[in-house]
Amino acid sequence: MKIAITSGKGGTGKTTISTMLAYSLDNPQYIDCDAEEPNGHLFLKPKIEKTIPYTELVPQINEDICTFCGKCADACAYKALVVMGEPLKKTMFFDELCHSCGACAYVCPVEGALIEVPKRVGEIRVGKAGHIDFVMGLLDVGQASATQLIATLKREYMDDSKTVILDSPPGTSCTVVETIDGVDFVILVAEPTPFGLSDLKLSVELVRDMGLNFGIIVNKHEEDNGLIEDYAQQESIPILYRLPFSKDIAKSYSNGALPFEKYKNDFKGVIKQIEERI
Amino acid sequence: MSKELVIISGKGGTGKTTLTSSLAYVMKDKIIVDADADAANMYILTSPKLKHKELFKGNPKAVIDVNKCVNCDLCRKLCRFDAIHINPDGNYYVDEVKCDSCELCKIACPAEAITMKEVYSGEWYESETPFGLMVHAKLYPGAENSGNLVTMVKHRAHVISEEQDIPYILVDGSPGIGCPVISTISGANFVVVVSEPTPAGLHDLERVKRLCDSFKVKSGVVVNKYDLNEEKTRQIEEFAKKEGMEVLGRIPFDECVPKAIVNLQIPYEACESVKRAVDEIYARVMEKL
Ligand code: SF4
Ligand code: SF4
Ligand code: SF4
Ligand code: SF4
Repeated sequence: MKIAITSGKGGTGKTTISTMLAYSLDNPQYIDCDAEEPNGHLFLKPKIEKTIPYTELVPQINEDICTFCGKCADACAYKALVVMGEPLKKTMFFDELCHSCGACAYVCPVEGALIEVPKRVGEIRVGKAGHIDFVMGLLDVGQASATQLIATLKREYMDDSKTVILDSPPGTSCTVVETIDGVDFVILVAEPTPFGLSDLKLSVELVRDMGLNFGIIVNKHEEDNGLIEDYAQQESIPILYRLPFSKDIAKSYSNGALPFEKYKNDFKGVIKQIEERI
Repeated sequence: MSKELVIISGKGGTGKTTLTSSLAYVMKDKIIVDADADAANMYILTSPKLKHKELFKGNPKAVIDVNKCVNCDLCRKLCRFDAIHINPDGNYYVDEVKCDSCELCKIACPAEAITMKEVYSGEWYESETPFGLMVHAKLYPGAENSGNLVTMVKHRAHVISEEQDIPYILVDGSPGIGCPVISTISGANFVVVVSEPTPAGLHDLERVKRLCDSFKVKSGVVVNKYDLNEEKTRQIEEFAKKEGMEVLGRIPFDECVPKAIVNLQIPYEACESVKRAVDEIYARVMEKL
C-alpha cells in the first residue's frame, strides 16, 4: 500500500503527520519526497547507511571534432546551448538552463562530438529509523527542479513489500503530481484557517483531476472551529483524523522530538480507515 | 528604479504571511506582489478589487496525431520524462502534466505525428487593495511552477512602479529553494527570511541563505514564535550573525495571530505583540533598503 501525504502549503504539519503515521505502522517505508526542504529526518533521526549522489545527464562537446553545425542548439528547447560557426568556432553550454532531455545528443550527427556526462543535482540518503525504512531525496541548493529526483526515488527506491509513506512537497505543482501519481491513497493535511481552506481547495481540485482516492487530516484542530469540517461535509470528503491544537506538540516539534508513542494508536486507526476505503 | 523587498521562508508555515501582510499594512508607497502562485494567500487578507486579469501561457506540450502515428514506439523510448504512454486502444498519447516540453519526440517522430500545442498554465491579476496596488497570480493545479510566472508578475510590478513613480515593491515569496524562489529573489534589493525556532527552521534557513549568497542578495532574518524555544532562537540568530545576515527582530508566539487570521484581520492590526515587533523590524528593514 502506498500513501502520500501532502498539503496545499508548507508548514501545515505534513511532516508531523507523515512521521507519526510511519511510526505507527508495522512494516513501513518512509520516503521524503519533499527534496527541496526535506524535514522528516529531523524527527525520525534515522541512521543513514548509504548516501548516493543523484545525477542527471548533461551534454559535453568535444570542440576538436565538432563541426559547429548548430543542430544541437536548434534542438534545445530551453536555449541551454549556443553554437557559433565560422570564424569563431565556439560552443557554450548554460547548465542551469539544461533539463537533461537528451535532444542535443540525439540530433548531433558527428559521432563523439557531443556526449552526455552525469552532473550532480542532489543526493539520496537511505537508512533506518528504528523499525522504519528511511529514504530521502535532497536537492542541491541552486538546482531548479526536483521532479526527476522524485521520479527516481519512486522508481528505484520504493519497496513494494512495505507500507510506503510518501511525504510529498506542498502545493499543487509538478513535484506534487510526480509524488502522488499512482499512489493508493492521498492524505491532505489542512489547518482550520482561511488560508488553510483556500489551499486545501486547490489540492482537492488536483487530486480529483488525477482521479485519486483521498481524505483529510485536520491539524491544529479546535473544537469551536468548523471551517474545514463544513467544507469537507459539503464536498463529501472524509475527515480521517483531527490532531488537536496544542502548545505541547508545537514545543516538542520545536525540540525535534515528536510524541510518537502517544499518538500511535490514533494513527493505527487512521490506517484502518484508509484500508477500508481502498 | 524602485527598491524591491522580498519576504521568503524556506518552507511555508513559518508565519511569512503574518509578516508580509503586517508590512503591507505599515509600509507606504509600495506595490505588493504575491509571488507565491502555488498558494496565494495575500489576497485573502487584503480583499483586493480585481482591475485586470490575463492568462499566462505555459510551455507548449506535445500532442500525438493518432491518424499519423505508425506505432513505432520511438517517442516513448526517447522521452526522459515518462510522458508518453499507450492507452487501452493501443494508441500513443502524451500525459500533458508529465511532458516537460523538450520537443525531442517531435524531432524524432518518423511519421511527423507530433506537434507542440499551446497551453495556459495560470492567470495573473492586478488588483486594488486598501494597502496599494497588488500584482498576483494563480497557477492551475498540476501546472509546472517554472518560475516564469513569478518573473512575469515581478516584471509587471516594476513597469507599474516606473509609470506611477512608486518607490517600493513588497514581494511575498514562494516556499522552497527551487525555480520559483530563484525567480523571486533574483533582482531583490533585500531579502527577509522568516524562520522559526525548530530544527526544520534552522535547517531551511541554512539552505535559503546559501541561495541568497549565490545570487549575491543581502539578507536578514526574523524569528517568528521565538519564545517557543529561546535556545533554538539564539542558535538561529547566531547562525545569522556568523553568516553576515542581519538579525532584524523577533515575533512572539501569540494565540491572537491564528485568531486574527481566522477573522480575516491582519495580525498587525489585531495583535499588540505583533504590532510592536513589526514596527521595529520595519524600521530596520527600511534602513537596509
Ligand atoms: S550538433 Fe554536434 S557537431 Fe553540430 S554543433 Fe552540436 S555538437 Fe557540434
Ligand atoms: S540535454 Fe536537452 S536541455 Fe540539456 S542542453 Fe541538451 S537539448 Fe538542451
Ligand atoms: S514516434 Fe511518432 S510514429 Fe512513433 S510511436 Fe511516437 S508518435 Fe507514433
Ligand atoms: S516534448 Fe519531451 S517531455 Fe514532452 S512528451 Fe515529448 S519527449 Fe516527452
